[in-house]
Amino acid sequence: MLPLWIVLGVLAAVLVWGVFTYNRFVRIRTRVDNGWSQIDVQLRRRYDLIPNLVETVKGYAAHEREVFEHVTQARADAIGAQGVGPQARAEDQVTAGLRQLMAVAEAYPELKANRNFLALQEELVGTESKIAYARQFYNDQVTRLNTMVGTLPSRLIAKLFGFGERAFFDIEDPVRGPVQVDL
Amino acid sequence: MYEQIAANRRKTVVLLVVAFVLLVGVGYAIGLIFGSGWFGLAIAIVLAVLLQLSAYYSGDRIVLASTRAREVSLEEQPRLHNIVEGLAIAAGVPKPRVWVVPEQAPNAFATGRDPQHASVAVTEGLLATMNRIELEGVIGHELAHVVDRDILYGTIVATVIGAVVLLSEFFMRSLWWGGIGGRRGDDRGGGAVDLVLFAIGFALIILAPLFGQLIRLAVSRNREYLADAQGAMLTRYPPGLVSALRKLQAAPTAMRSANNATAHLWLNQPSRVEGERMSTMERLFSTHPPIAERIRRLEEM
Repeated sequence: MLPLWIVLGVLAAVLVWGVFTYNRFVRIRTRVDNGWSQIDVQLRRRYDLIPNLVETVKGYAAHEREVFEHVTQARADAIGAQGVGPQARAEDQVTAGLRQLMAVAEAYPELKANRNFLALQEELVGTESKIAYARQFYNDQVTRLNTMVGTLPSRLIAKLFGFGERAFFDIEDPVRGPVQVDL
Repeated sequence: MYEQIAANRRKTVVLLVVAFVLLVGVGYAIGLIFGSGWFGLAIAIVLAVLLQLSAYYSGDRIVLASTRAREVSLEEQPRLHNIVEGLAIAAGVPKPRVWVVPEQAPNAFATGRDPQHASVAVTEGLLATMNRIELEGVIGHELAHVVDRDILYGTIVATVIGAVVLLSEFFMRSLWWGGIGGRRGDDRGGGAVDLVLFAIGFALIILAPLFGQLIRLAVSRNREYLADAQGAMLTRYPPGLVSALRKLQAAPTAMRSANNATAHLWLNQPSRVEGERMSTMERLFSTHPPIAERIRRLEEM
């Protein structure tokens, strides 16, 4: 009689653990998805800024055509990119293009004093730091998910219900690459 | 982090229960003086329930109003809004409402009952003295309070215990002015009422430092260290907050709206006295660890 109770007890414990683990997977997966859509929102915001920035800089430095074309092309490529990896590489191009654009702007004191440009610059810095923060949150959640998928015993539940690993969003940090002290 | 949230929930419940018992006890005692303990008890229960409900649901509005904070739009303060939104994304919480307090001392606080109903307020002085990275450090610290639910506990402490402190300050002032200048010719009718009010006021004045002490006990200085560390984890850049704290160390701390009830909510302990750093009384009620120690711990990270 006694062994039967023990077997039933163990089975119940395993079942409870299974339900908890399954729920944890669902929760983390939701957070990963939310993290990704946050990144998406911020990237879109940056796409929207680029034409305005290019137009404003053009007004003062019309001959820097290569720079404008580079950033515009990078933007178009990034909008068309599919999947986490290709998206990250395309965004690096956009970041590089924007750096060039801002470097050009550095040479024009009148442009740097333009109020419209200053507002766009704040918007760009703000958006890029939000991209960095969204990436940070997303990658943290992916780390948690991948650890759970990869380690026992939660791995069993992952296999059973098909929870898979997700890819990290690895981009160059547009804001905190080399440390700047005074912004 | 999750232990911190659970601990804050527990502490909030304990605080509400203790405050409830205390208030009802005082009500019963006052009732006894008037000849009907049960009547006093009934009134005290109703008042205590009202006080606690309003502390929970509108404690944030009470605290914000007491500092005369004003909600600012994205257009008014784009940089501040961008930083708050960015760090809220990093912390995985909704973006809190953003307020500016008309004070020249650089300082900041967060309030609200949960991340869905949170507010972050900074002083005009903070916006004027901090650069972007330092501001990020400060907001990171405040968002750590939001994530940990320190805001709920801190706000309830401010409004429930603070109610007593505020009342006693009110009585103290009215006694002071009444005792010296006024008091001509009001001995005619209300002698007994005056006496009772005087007794309540006197009791409150004796109790107030005790309650101030209670606040000090209730808010452990550890939560500031913890929020510093978590804030730095959010920004991934501890030197930002370090540099901000250095500036705070050098800046004046006097604030017009400083009081014992809300002191513990601020990033840096506000001072009531212009010029002098902190009065003896305030050092006694110090709710914050010394800034030098906070900087040291951050630099070790």
